[in-house]
Amino acid sequence: MERLILKVTTKILFAPIILFALYVQFHGDYGPGGGFQAGVIFAVAFILHAFCFGLDETKKALPQKALIVAMVIGLMFYAGTGVATMLLGGNLLGYDAIDPASTHHAGQHYGILLVEWGVGVTVASTMLTIFYHFTGREPDIDQEDW
Amino acid sequence: MSSFQTHISPLLFLDLSLLTMLVLVAFAMLRSRQLFAVVMLSGIYSLLSAAFFVSLDAVDVAFTEAAVGAGVSTVLMLGGMLLTARREKPVTPGRAPVALAVVLATGAALIYATIDMPAFGDPHSPANSSIGQMYVDETPNDIAVPNIVTAVLASYRGFDTLGETMVIFTAGVAVILLLGIGSVRGGRRIADRDEDE
Repeated sequence: MERLILKVTTKILFAPIILFALYVQFHGDYGPGGGFQAGVIFAVAFILHAFCFGLDETKKALPQKALIVAMVIGLMFYAGTGVATMLLGGNLLGYDAIDPASTHHAGQHYGILLVEWGVGVTVASTMLTIFYHFTGREPDIDQEDW
Repeated sequence: MSSFQTHISPLLFLDLSLLTMLVLVAFAMLRSRQLFAVVMLSGIYSLLSAAFFVSLDAVDVAFTEAAVGAGVSTVLMLGGMLLTARREKPVTPGRAPVALAVVLATGAALIYATIDMPAFGDPHSPANSSIGQMYVDETPNDIAVPNIVTAVLASYRGFDTLGETMVIFTAGVAVILLLGIGSVRGGRRIADRDEDE
């Protein structure tokens, strides 16, 4: 079997990378990180998969059409949070309107979590879209071609 | 002008050595004609900048630089490199006295401008004293989030970040339109015609 060590290592590493991306995503309030970094780390897991198993296998796991939908959903999630705070009577992206009775700014926490989620989804799907389109244009190259 | 003197600590020498390595890597990138080497050196450049940001206590920026600069952009540059030649066309060496004069004058002006800049680490510099200090003071009362960077990014300047997200979205849409599906050829893979046909 070709490239056995790489394939086994990728299989072992894939889940921890996704888990770390989720940690960075949801721990952004407390430590370094946030939606941008989490989205990139999430995309990197699938890029590693594509390097090892080939782009066609990765496209079976995460098709391009789903990525386009995710790109739009992420952006609309962010903008939708802003519109929702306006409908609740606050300013655009004024998160205090989400929970105005809270004494410790719970609305700010909810709002930041929501928009960071939108950022993460958009960044991950956009990075993978760009990667798919750049690497999908050429057939696999031989080792000697480098 | 305040009379603040930069504190000379061993960490300062770490900063200086990192900056020196950045300059060396930049020159190596300029000299190399092998595109694979240039892509790898740009990854090293990003990683060195990330280390420099950590040394400046800007961990959020360092994290982004390491993930985006050293990680994903290196991969995307490799993908882009596969679509073109492996080697840059040799440049015929020539002299351009006007360009050299412009570059030297601009560089001298920039170095002259640094004399007016506040000392490294000055707590009374404009960046540290006015609005930066306000964010540090007000975040516990306004947002109640421990990470001030997240508070500024997602709440104080949430509208800016919405714009940034839109920029990334636009980049993805542009790549899809230029390289991808939905083209007149129906997304099928067709070999590009040679130039001499």
